[in-house]
Amino acid sequence: MSEIAERVKKIVVEHLGVDADKVTENASFIDDLGADSLDTVELVMAFEEEFGVEIPDDAAETILTVGDAVSFLEKNTA
Amino acid sequence: MVTPLGCGVDVTWNRILAGKSGAVRVEHFEVSDLPCQVACLVPRGDGSDGSFNPDDWMEPKEQRKVDDFIVYAMAAADQAIADSGWSPAGYEDQIRTGVLIGSGIGGLKGIEDGAFTVRDRGPRRLSPFFIPGRLINLASGYVSIRHQLKGPNHAVVTACSTGAHAIGDASRLIGLGDAEVMVAGGTESPVCRLAMAGFSSCRALTTGFNDRPLEASRPYDRDRDGFVMGEGAGVVVLEEYEHAKARGAKIYGEIIGYGMSGDAYHITAPAEDGDGAYRCMKAAIERAGVTPHDIDYVNAHGTSTPLGDEIELGAIHRLVGDAADGITMTSTKSATGHLLGAAGAVEAIFSLLAMRDSVVPPTINLENPSVETRIDLVPKVKKSMNVDVVLSNSFGFGGTNASLIFRKVA
Repeated sequence: MSEIAERVKKIVVEHLGVDADKVTENASFIDDLGADSLDTVELVMAFEEEFGVEIPDDAAETILTVGDAVSFLEKNTA
Repeated sequence: MVTPLGCGVDVTWNRILAGKSGAVRVEHFEVSDLPCQVACLVPRGDGSDGSFNPDDWMEPKEQRKVDDFIVYAMAAADQAIADSGWSPAGYEDQIRTGVLIGSGIGGLKGIEDGAFTVRDRGPRRLSPFFIPGRLINLASGYVSIRHQLKGPNHAVVTACSTGAHAIGDASRLIGLGDAEVMVAGGTESPVCRLAMAGFSSCRALTTGFNDRPLEASRPYDRDRDGFVMGEGAGVVVLEEYEHAKARGAKIYGEIIGYGMSGDAYHITAPAEDGDGAYRCMKAAIERAGVTPHDIDYVNAHGTSTPLGDEIELGAIHRLVGDAADGITMTSTKSATGHLLGAAGAVEAIFSLLAMRDSVVPPTINLENPSVETRIDLVPKVKKSMNVDVVLSNSFGFGGTNASLIFRKVA
């Protein structure tokens, strides 16, 4: 697992209060990890904070799974 | 209930009867530049020995989204619903059960933090839970979601009268047929720098007891100099009488009177003639169909402010006249501090327990009464006595007054 993926996983575990082994690449925040729409907004904010990037709303709407978040951040962080 | 004396009804009641105080010196934030440095704080711990462990009542990831007043309300509501034995399982029972939990000021700590976030880090850093975690009616909202209570969902905001108004209004909703059962009460978590500074600024808080917190809340005493801010929640389950009888519910008492009035005088000071307090109690008595001679115990508003205590006492003398000799009145705020929007609800519970156990909690720290009265203020030590009818008063900023009357059910 990449360093970015590890950091994403840690944030997801903290914010959603889920077991780390459930946070797999294909896990959907809403369907698999119990998040609601406000949780996903907060998660995106936490990613922005952790990685020092700005995630525009239209991009945020495409981040539905752990893997979506990792690939966005891999492409958009220096 | 969750109070500065402990988490739960039994521990709080035992400690208040033992004459304990919940006041401490505030140490979890900077107070050195504040005129008042004491407060009554809910004792935190692992849940043993009456301590409050928030994790017992709300998941940590949910706690993070809300101010403590919501966590306290969840805890108090869980306790009250469990004690009542009423768990509406079917849809029909759910839609006949409502929630009415108020708060005086809601999530002030979260508002304080949120304002700093926007100023220092920009609006994009403000949590999506900022609003729903601060709104006063979200206490009722969270409780309704957890227990699937789909009847009226309401909240009261009347400063320090909130808890009494919530219980009174909820009983009216049952009387009018809007619900069969109401989970009602008040909750508050005001102890932060912003609230301490604000209440200090309007000269409401004690300032002379920063090195003696246990003695700071001293209603009716000549050395009192302001109230001690407290936190916590009180929640009761109200039920239509026949509904409760039919299911064999444990009944602590019956609400027979509820009175309300406005001072129309000043935003923070009580009217000096006590007329608002008098009319409020009179309305409750008339509604209850009792006379002043029937009242055994008055749970006073009695916040330990120089003005308010004597004005309330004067209003009660005007109300009861020659029945004063038979009245026992105490301020449980001497022990709990002033729980603001939760006070009226917590004190309603104390009133019910006084009837159940035939004992009245004392007014602690009352060494030298500032006025002479024929009413027994029960200084320092509890009083065993039969209690059939109780009057509980709550008065708030804005000149808002509420009185509740409870009667023992034979």
